[in-house]
Amino acid sequence: MAAIETLYTGFGSWNPLIWLAAFIIAIIIAWLIWSRGESDYKKGTEQTKPFISGNAEPEKSEVHVRGGNMYWGFTKALEGYYDKIVPLHSGILTDYILWFLGVVALVMVIVLGGGGL
Amino acid sequence: MITGWIMENLPALLLAVPMLGAFLTPLIGKLSDKARNAWVLLVSFATLCIATLLMNEVLSSGTVVYTFGAGSPAATVPADSGGFPFRIIFTVDAMSVFMAISASIVGFAVTLFSIVSQSKMSGKDSFYALLLLMEVGILGMVCTGDMFNFFVFLEINSLAGAALVASRVDKGYAVEAGLKYAVLSTLGGLLVLFAIGLFYGQYDALNMAVIAENMQFGVLDKIALVLLLVALAMKSGAVPMHFWTPDAYSMAPSSVTAFLVVASQASLYGVFRVVFTLYNVTLDYATIGWIIIIIGVLSMFIGVSMAIPQKDVKRLMAYHAVSQTGYMLLGVGVGLAVLGNAAMMESFGMTAMEGGLFHIINHAMYKGLLFLTAGAIFYQAGTRNLNKLGGLGHEMKWTMVFFMIGALAIAGIPPFNGFASKLMIYESVFMFSPILSVIAMIVSILTLASFVKVFHSIFMGPKLPEYEGVREVPRFMLAGMGILAVLVILFGVFPEQVVNYLIEPAANALVDQGSYIAAVLGGA
Repeated sequence: MAAIETLYTGFGSWNPLIWLAAFIIAIIIAWLIWSRGESDYKKGTEQTKPFISGNAEPEKSEVHVRGGNMYWGFTKALEGYYDKIVPLHSGILTDYILWFLGVVALVMVIVLGGGGL
Repeated sequence: MITGWIMENLPALLLAVPMLGAFLTPLIGKLSDKARNAWVLLVSFATLCIATLLMNEVLSSGTVVYTFGAGSPAATVPADSGGFPFRIIFTVDAMSVFMAISASIVGFAVTLFSIVSQSKMSGKDSFYALLLLMEVGILGMVCTGDMFNFFVFLEINSLAGAALVASRVDKGYAVEAGLKYAVLSTLGGLLVLFAIGLFYGQYDALNMAVIAENMQFGVLDKIALVLLLVALAMKSGAVPMHFWTPDAYSMAPSSVTAFLVVASQASLYGVFRVVFTLYNVTLDYATIGWIIIIIGVLSMFIGVSMAIPQKDVKRLMAYHAVSQTGYMLLGVGVGLAVLGNAAMMESFGMTAMEGGLFHIINHAMYKGLLFLTAGAIFYQAGTRNLNKLGGLGHEMKWTMVFFMIGALAIAGIPPFNGFASKLMIYESVFMFSPILSVIAMIVSILTLASFVKVFHSIFMGPKLPEYEGVREVPRFMLAGMGILAVLVILFGVFPEQVVNYLIEPAANALVDQGSYIAAVLGGA
């Protein structure tokens, strides 16, 4: 198909047609699996409730995993990094100005003092 | 006749239409809300049409040089001036129209979204006037061929942006964020003005082509370079000068935030214009290239790592904007670092630059889309807190689909546009330095991880009782998101066409300093 070309980067390529075909095949496989499921499912009846070994279903707000619970392990593992990087984002304007002027000074030293310049 | 007049004056109309639109908005707002809404939509759409016409003109006929205050572009360099251009000129090359079309598409989508998202707010006349003025500032920055004029549009952009960030009271946080943005922007603008003063003192000129042609790269030029480079990098939200972005992006109304991304990109354009068009190979391209690369890598990694623990969805997205800016800096920085080496430029330098530039327009589309989805969620749920949200996917299906499209694009998942530009960056940068390419890929994985968190926190889970009455957002808001979502998909499915038609000419325009100078000064 001439309308959809392959994007060549010089080292590799990307053809959306192949990927779209792969997605369609994956969707068809998923649909086939789904279509073999129980056919007597009735929405809004007892059978739609979760089975929790006979225990009462908790409040909806208690079963939802909130955003703060996700990647807790990641931030805990990188605690040392986050302990240093988060306080830099102090919210204080004068700190921000200092960072800005500090970078101006640093780049000035590199450019004016650079051997190749 | 009218068509001919329009075609001759496209660069001026690109600015005049939204500027006139901005000034008339409060007056039309006196008639009725509907009339004002129709007016701003019309102005925004007309600006998009003009940008499209200008893009076609430039890409088919070459750089357009437009002279203000003279009947003909030929009057840019009058015979008795000794080859010296005076009057303010617009030099619209492929890079300029690339930025202009990106800004005007997002501008239209944002206006469409705002019609409903801002409908319950007060001060809408001022809001739309400022929104259109911000568009004027962005378009002026990317089209002008005059340094002082660039500064003026930078200030229009910054002041309109700061006012919009502070446009809602929100317990004073928005005003504080607006103040931070305004102070840093003013300081940055001051340094840009100093740099322009240094050019004027040395070359008696404000015209970019004249400065570029006469560039000596003495001490004063080096100082001017640093002032411009760092000030504009700060305005684009690059690390470690990015601290204002989470505050400003999270406190502004979402439609404004989507447009602030484009405003930041106009400053990024300024960085690229300065290093490639003003200095080009006269500067130590390897050193400056590496400075841009290091700033880019820092932005990529610190941006994404700060995004992961965020609880406010817009703060999280703001850190991602910082991270994505890093990709653009990395791609174009690699191109600059090998600028003087023809073999390396041909082998991977141009691809890296094209990848970086392609990422600019892709980012404008998918990050604009993501901020609009955040606005849609806030519009219905009344909170941006990820620890409070949940289960909205049951009712807000379209918003959820749009969010997924934006999230997959920003994470670089095929077949969305973010993947196409990231692929170009990964593979070309790998030839320059494999470790930089590996960092870029790791950052993409972390980006996906944090958007999984957002997706789960907002849309997944059971229907929560506190969001019982939540429904899908109105059609105007969906249309604003839909335009950007369609473009995200189209740019991902047809990347070759976009690269060939828009990106490659833009990259060539940046690199080819001689053509820019010749377009203005005539055969220089």
